[in-house]
Amino acid sequence: MIEVQHLYKSFDGRDVLMDINMQFRDGQTNLIIGQSGSGKTVLMKNIVGLFTPTKGKILYDGRDFVTMTKRERVMMRREMGMIFQSAALFDSMTVLENVMFPLDMFSDMNQADRVRRARFCLERVNLKGAEEKMPGEISGGMQKRVAIARAIALNPKYLFCDEPNSGLDPKTSLVIDDLISGITHEYGMTTIINTHDMNSVLGIGESILFICDGRKEWEGSKDQIMGSTNEKLNSFIFASDLLRKVKEEQMSG
Amino acid sequence: MFITKWLAAFGRYLQLMGRVLSLPERWRMFYRQYVREMASLGVDSIGIVLLISFFIGAVICIQIKLNIQSAWMPTFTTGYVTREIMLLEFSSSIMCLILAGKVGSNIASEIGTMRVTQQIDALEIMGVNSASFLILPKVIGMMTMIPFLVVFSIVAGFVGAYATSIAGIITPDDLTVGLLHDFTPWFVYASIIKSTVFAFIISSVASYHGYFVEGGSFDVGKASTNAVVSSSMLILFSDIFLTSLLA
Repeated sequence: MIEVQHLYKSFDGRDVLMDINMQFRDGQTNLIIGQSGSGKTVLMKNIVGLFTPTKGKILYDGRDFVTMTKRERVMMRREMGMIFQSAALFDSMTVLENVMFPLDMFSDMNQADRVRRARFCLERVNLKGAEEKMPGEISGGMQKRVAIARAIALNPKYLFCDEPNSGLDPKTSLVIDDLISGITHEYGMTTIINTHDMNSVLGIGESILFICDGRKEWEGSKDQIMGSTNEKLNSFIFASDLLRKVKEEQMSG
Repeated sequence: MFITKWLAAFGRYLQLMGRVLSLPERWRMFYRQYVREMASLGVDSIGIVLLISFFIGAVICIQIKLNIQSAWMPTFTTGYVTREIMLLEFSSSIMCLILAGKVGSNIASEIGTMRVTQQIDALEIMGVNSASFLILPKVIGMMTMIPFLVVFSIVAGFVGAYATSIAGIITPDDLTVGLLHDFTPWFVYASIIKSTVFAFIISSVASYHGYFVEGGSFDVGKASTNAVVSSSMLILFSDIFLTSLLA
C-alpha cells in the first residue's frame, strides 16, 4: 500500500499541490483524475521520487520514501515499474532489448533466462513476434504495451502509469486498460494511474482520487462517481455530452 | 549577473560530473555502452578526420612553399613547417574544434532527446544512475579513441603534403628531409595529451547541455548549439594553458 500524508509541493513559491491525503491499496487500480494542469502528474512525480515534496510524507508499506537515504531510494525504485505518457522506450534498442533492460541491470539471471523472461512479458502483453522491431517501427499502442512489459519485467510491487491512454484510439485504450487492470490483479500490485479518460475511470476505477487546482476534492470508486454531489467533480465528468445524457436518462428513468 | 549565472552553471556541471564519475552499477552494461560509444563517436569520425587532415596538410604545404620558401631559406623549410603545424596545433586543437561540432552536437542532441522524451526519467525510476549510465561511456569512449584520431590526422596531413609533390609543388625528397628535420617525439605525446583533455571537454560539456534540457525539440536544438559553442570556447582557452604547460 502507498500512503500520501499531508503532501504539499510548490515551485518558486507557487503552490501546485496542497494537503493531499490518500491511501492507494494493494491489488487494485487506483486512479488519479483531474483536468490538465490540476497537479496529477506533479503528484505522481512526487510519489515516484522524481520531485521532492515541499512538505508531507509518502509511505510505501510504511516506509517513508521522502526521508530514505539515497541508497535506500535506489533499492526502493527496483520495486517500482512505470509507464510514461510517451512510453519512453529507449529508441536505440529493439523491443526485446527494452524489456530486457531492467533484467540486464538488476537481475542475476543468466542471459538465456533473461531472454526467456523478456519474451514471457512480451507474450503477456500480446506482443509475440515484435521482439526485433525498433520502437520507431511500431504503433503507439504497441509502444505502450512494450512499456508495460518493461515495467513488469522485474515483478514490481508498485506500478505507476502516467496517462497510459493518451494519444490512443478508444479501442486500443480499452486494451491497455484491461492489460493494466489484469496485471494488477494477477500480481497483486499497487497500481496508480493518472488519467483524464472517463472510459478508464468507469472501466477500471476501483479507487479514484479527484484533484482540482492542486487540492483533493473527492475520493471514491467507479460505482460512486456518477452519483457524486461534488460540483467540481460533476463539472469535470459531465463535460462530456455523452456522460451528461447518460446522467439525465438515469435521473429521468 | 553573468558571473552568477556562469558560476551556477559551473556548479551544476561539477555536480553532474560527481554523479558521472562513479563506478558503473553493471560492468557488463557499461562495457556494452563503452564499445558502442567508441564506434559511434570515434570510429564514425575517422572519415571526416582523414578527409580534413589530408586537405589541410596539402594546403599548408602549398601555402608555405609559395609564401614562405625563398632562395634564402633551406629547402626543407616547407616540410619542417608543415610537420610542426600538423603536430603542434592542427591534429590536436583544430581537429578537436572540428570534432566539437560533429561529436558535441551529436551527444547533446542524443541526451537532450532522451530527456524530453522521458527516457532519462525512465532510467531514474528504475533506480539507474542515469548520468553515469549515459555519460561515463561517452567520456571514456571519446578519451580512448582520440589518440588514434590524432595519429590518423597527423599521418593523413603528411600524406596530403606528399600529394602536392604530384602537382610538382615540392619534391618528395625535400619534403621528407623537412618532415624528419630536428624531430622531437615529445610533440606527438604532447599532441595526444592535449587532445585527450579536449576529448573530456567535448564529451562532458556536450553531455551537460543535453542532460539539463527542458522543453521540446526547439530546446534540444538550442542545447546542441550551446554545446558546440561552449566546448569550442573551452578548448581554445585550455589550449593556451596546455600549450604553455607542455611546451
